[in-house]
Amino acid sequence: MTPVPSSLFPYLLRLADDRLVLGHRLSEWCGHGPILEEDIALANVSLDLIGEATLLLKRAGEVEGRGRNEDALAYFRDSADYRNALMVELPKGDFGFTIVRQLFFSLFSLLQMDALTKSSDADLAGIAAKAVKESRYHVRHSAEWVVTLGDGTEESHARTQRAVDELWRYTGELFMADAIDREMSDAGLGVNPETLAERWNAEVGKTLERATLTIPKVGYMQRGGREGKHTEHLGHMLAEMQIVARSHPGASW
Amino acid sequence: MTKPPDEASGPPADSQWPLWEVFLQPPKGEAHEHAGSVHAVSAEHALQNARDVYARRGEAVSIWVVPSAEITASTPEDMGPFFDPGNDKPYRHPQFYKVPRGVRVF
Repeated sequence: MTPVPSSLFPYLLRLADDRLVLGHRLSEWCGHGPILEEDIALANVSLDLIGEATLLLKRAGEVEGRGRNEDALAYFRDSADYRNALMVELPKGDFGFTIVRQLFFSLFSLLQMDALTKSSDADLAGIAAKAVKESRYHVRHSAEWVVTLGDGTEESHARTQRAVDELWRYTGELFMADAIDREMSDAGLGVNPETLAERWNAEVGKTLERATLTIPKVGYMQRGGREGKHTEHLGHMLAEMQIVARSHPGASW
Repeated sequence: MTKPPDEASGPPADSQWPLWEVFLQPPKGEAHEHAGSVHAVSAEHALQNARDVYARRGEAVSIWVVPSAEITASTPEDMGPFFDPGNDKPYRHPQFYKVPRGVRVF
């Protein structure tokens, strides 16, 4: 058996943390959705993401081999040890902001997970196959909303455009590759995110055009999450997410 | 999309979105059955909401959504003339046939 490359663990953390953090951000809508049906829809998407993160963290724990399970990795790492992209940790904002972010991330996730179904790590390939199905629905849900809001009233258009303007500078990080990505890609275990950018841009461009929204000119793309350099928002979010598990270590329910 | 006419008149009431009736076809291939209703701003949103509310655990292989306003329904006052089985016209009821042996459910 060939040894597992040491970069598989941090690679799995990146995949898991994107979904765990975004899943938690979405869960903040529970009970606050604009209408009951949408409240349920957002909670469903949130649960899909947290479910994907659970499986990825479990696999990451096995690969690491130091006895950390998915709960240990989710609840007992500090923000500097999280490897999610900055986009997913930003506060949930208004419904327009949330739904534009969902479109941006879901489309990225669909392309990424589709490629990962061919991973030589059988566990990761299996998780990806499940995530592809879910992501396809997430894209459909968010795209329909972006078009409805963008091509809606003056106010919904303005808010959605503002969300696109604010979020665009965080999209670049999703497609930046470093040594870990390249090693994973070369080993047939992962996918180099640079290879996903073209299709993502084409798909997002089409949806934004239908929504009468425009892509802003941004000179600089934010980055840092993949190396653990986060915005202040992540720490606050994790404090809330982790408080119960940390106050009662080992508790079960 | 056009602007709602009452946009300036304050926050929207919480059930401003149109209502849609949801029909699910069970996996066994039977006819679509009424499952309930959802609020939605368009047919596509109604389909997605119906999926999230009524068909997330494999309950259906097909969903229909129909604007509730498009349904013409009988009223309670129709009870008599509409549904009176006409018991004074016994020839309307298939009760003069002998049920063949072997037919258990009739």
